Amino acid sequence: MRRTVLALGWLWLGLFLLAPLAIVVTIALSAAGEGMPPYVPPLQWSGGGLKIAVDPGPFQLVLTDPLYRHALAISLRIAFVATLGCLAIGYPMALAIARMPERRRNLLLLLVMLPFWTGFLMRINAWIGLLNDAGWIPRAIAALGLAAAPPRILYTDTAMYLGLVYAYLPFMVLPLYANLSRQDPVLREAASDLGAGPLRAFLTVTLPLSLPGVAAGCALVFIPSVGEYVIPELLGGPGAETIGRTLWSEFFDNRDWPTACALATVVLVLLLGVPALALRAARGRAA
Amino acid sequence: MSGRGALLGWLLAGYAFLYAPIAFLVAFSFNDAKLVTAWAGFSWRWYGVLFADEALLRAAFLSLRIAVASATLATVVGTLCGVALARFGRFRGRGAFDAAVAAPLVLPEVITGLSLLLLFVAMDQAFGWPAGRGALTVTLAHASVSVAYVAVVVRARLAGMTPVLEEAAADLYAPPAEVFRRVTLPLLAPALASGWLLAFTLSLDDVVVASFTSGPGASTLPMVVFSMLRLGTTPELYALATLIVLAVAAILLLGLWLQRSNAAASGGQPIAGGAGRL
Repeated sequence: MRRTVLALGWLWLGLFLLAPLAIVVTIALSAAGEGMPPYVPPLQWSGGGLKIAVDPGPFQLVLTDPLYRHALAISLRIAFVATLGCLAIGYPMALAIARMPERRRNLLLLLVMLPFWTGFLMRINAWIGLLNDAGWIPRAIAALGLAAAPPRILYTDTAMYLGLVYAYLPFMVLPLYANLSRQDPVLREAASDLGAGPLRAFLTVTLPLSLPGVAAGCALVFIPSVGEYVIPELLGGPGAETIGRTLWSEFFDNRDWPTACALATVVLVLLLGVPALALRAARGRAA
Repeated sequence: MSGRGALLGWLLAGYAFLYAPIAFLVAFSFNDAKLVTAWAGFSWRWYGVLFADEALLRAAFLSLRIAVASATLATVVGTLCGVALARFGRFRGRGAFDAAVAAPLVLPEVITGLSLLLLFVAMDQAFGWPAGRGALTVTLAHASVSVAYVAVVVRARLAGMTPVLEEAAADLYAPPAEVFRRVTLPLLAPALASGWLLAFTLSLDDVVVASFTSGPGASTLPMVVFSMLRLGTTPELYALATLIVLAVAAILLLGLWLQRSNAAASGGQPIAGGAGRL
C-alpha cells in the first residue's frame, strides 16, 4: 500500500509540477516561431534523425536587456518595502495578541485572518473606491490641511504598497504570533528580576528569540510579493513594471512564449535556487 | 505600564486598518448613486443590478463548480501526500517528495499559471486531452496548487496525533487499508474539512492561474471581476462583496457552533480546524 500511495503521489507531482517546469525550461531554449504554439521545439525527429536546435537567444535577451533587469530590480524593491511595512505593522500586533489572556487569543487571531476569507479582489476593490481621486482618503487628507488639494494616490506606488501590506499582513502576523506565544514568560520575568526595564527586556530577550518567527513571516510576505501581478496592475502606476506584469504582457500581449519562459526560469532560479543554496551553505558550516 | 497600553492601541489600529475597507464596501453597497465617493441615501438598487447581470452570475456559478471539484480532488491527493510524509518514516526520495509537495506554496502565481498552461497545450497536442482550455483545465490547475495546502494541514494534524491507535489496529490484524479507512481517516476528519475549505477558498479567490489556464467562454468570477476592476469600480461589485462577507460570516458561525457542540460532545478539547490557513 505504501508503494501505491507514493507512486500515485509521484505520478501527480510529475504530471502537474515537474513536467510543466520542464516544459517551461524547454520552451525557454527554443526560437520563437509562427503558428500555435508559437515556438520551434529544440528537439525534433526529422527523417529518422534527432535534430537539435537549441536557441540561447531568449536567455541572452532576458539576462542582458535592461528592461528585464529593471523589472527584476523593481519587483525585488517592491517586495522588500512591502515586507518591511508588514513587519512594522504586524510585529506589535502579534506581540499584543501574544500578551493577551490565553482564552482571548484564538478569537483575536481569527480576527486577523478573517479579512482574508472575504475575497482578495473585493478588498482591492474597496481600496480603489477609497483611494481614487474623488475618494474619501484623498479628500480627508486635503480637509485635514495636509495637502492643498486632494492628492493623487490611486495608480501610484503609494496605493500599490498600501494594497500589498493590506493583503499580506495576516501572513506576517501568523508566524510571528506562533513564535511569540510559545516564548516562556519566565525568561522575561528573569530579565526584569535582574533589573531590566520592559524595553530592555524586550530588546535583549523577546526580540532575539523571535527572529525565527520574523524570518518565517518575512519569507511568507516577500516570496509571493515578488511575483505579484494583480495588485501592481490594479493599484499601481504604469511605472511599476514588475516581473509579474512583464511576464504577463510577454505572454499574452506579445505572444512571445520563449521570452516569457526564459524570464520565468530566471525568476525561479533566483527565488528558489539562491535561498536553497544559502541554506545548504549555512547548514554545511554549522555541521 | 504605558508600553502595554501602546501595544493595545496599536492592535486596535491594526484591526481598524483591516476592517475599515470591508465596512466601507458593505455600507456603500446600499448607496443610491453610481459613485462611491458620496452618500446619496439608502437603496437596494445595486443588488438588483447584480442579480440582473447574467455574465457575472454565470461566472459565479462556474467558479463554484470549479471550486468544489478542485477542492475535492486536492483533498484526495493532498491527503495521500500528507499521510506519506507524516506516517511513512524514512523512504527513498523523501526529501525530494517533501520539496515537490510543498513547491506550489512558494512558486509565484504567474509561473504556476504559465507552466500549467504550457502543460495543457502540450498534452492537447500529444494526446488530444484535455481538448482545448476551459473549466476542466482550470479545475486541474487549482487542484495542483491546493494539494500543497491540504498536505500541510493533514500532515500537521497527523504529527499532533499519536500513532498508537493505528498501531493497535494493526496489532489486531487489520490490514493497512483497513487501518487507514477505519482509524486514520475518522481521526483526520477535521483536517480534511479545513483542508477542503481552504482549497475551496483558494480556488474561488484565484485570478492569475485561472487567467492562464482558462479558455474562451470559461471566465471564472474573479476573472470577470478583475476585468471590471481594470476599468475602475462599480457599486455592483460592492453588493457582491457584501454577499460574500455575509456568506463567510455564516460559514464561520456554523463552524464555531459545530466546534462548540463537538467540544461539548467529546467533553473537552475543542477540535482544531475551521478557519486556519496555516
